[in-house]
Amino acid sequence: MMTDVKLPKLAEGVEKASVSYWHKNAGEAVKEGEDLVELVTDKATFNLPAPASGVLKEVLVSEGEEASVGNVLARIG
Amino acid sequence: MIIDLGLTDYEEAYRSQMELVSKRKLGEISDSVILTEHKPVFTIGRSGGKRNLLVDEATLKARGLKVLSIDRGGDITFHGPGQTVFYPIIDLKSRGRDLHRYMRDLESVVIGFLNGYGIIAERLKDRTGVWVGPRKIASVGIGVSNWVTYHGLSVNIDVDLSYFSMIYPCGMRGAKMTSLSDILGVRIKTRETTSMLLSSFQRIFNVKVEPLERMPEAVVI
Repeated sequence: MMTDVKLPKLAEGVEKASVSYWHKNAGEAVKEGEDLVELVTDKATFNLPAPASGVLKEVLVSEGEEASVGNVLARIG
Repeated sequence: MIIDLGLTDYEEAYRSQMELVSKRKLGEISDSVILTEHKPVFTIGRSGGKRNLLVDEATLKARGLKVLSIDRGGDITFHGPGQTVFYPIIDLKSRGRDLHRYMRDLESVVIGFLNGYGIIAERLKDRTGVWVGPRKIASVGIGVSNWVTYHGLSVNIDVDLSYFSMIYPCGMRGAKMTSLSDILGVRIKTRETTSMLLSSFQRIFNVKVEPLERMPEAVVI
């Protein structure tokens, strides 16, 4: 089963954030709850934990790119 | 819990933050604050680069200054003695999960603190930090791991402002920094302002702040 990693809402009225750092590369094993991807909004960085354990199958938003709330950033399978 | 680390190397205080973040995530500790002053250092956050550093390697070396790239939001800033740094380790899951509101709350801590000195400070739109007139007195840059905060707030009390002329603070050309001593025109002892800053923090974040003791080693209260 694939689990989507989605951009959560980080603050009221904020609809976008940039991906600043992937803690894991595609193909690597990830553990539920550990920091997976770092996002930036204004003067804040937000480390999003992996929503499931498995292998990081696909990274859909690269470092430096922007995403909107709800967008799928990666897939874990 | 308040942990007063006294004067620290940046890296040393960072390690302490990470230890507390892990413990906070596991629920082993309640919301906490690390207090420190750093030995002189420039740090560059995720939105920054060395382009906003205005001195060369030789000057940095001669002055014994390090430049560290770190994982907070924001651009370049300076930390040094005379600047009180607050690193709240707070779980925002029970505080509305809002990074921007959290940063506005950190700014409120400083605005309330300065009011106690009769100084009117304010926020400027899209310019995170606290400003007195056109000058910036406090900087905010945060990191969060699963909604537990680290990094935080630095407030210029009696810091040597000449260090800020070596950078474009926060990447803003023309941004001028100030300090409490600079505004009041008298030298303020940084440590003597700590309890007022903590009281302001307590009011804004509604956390229990116990009296602070000074000890030669790191104090855990």
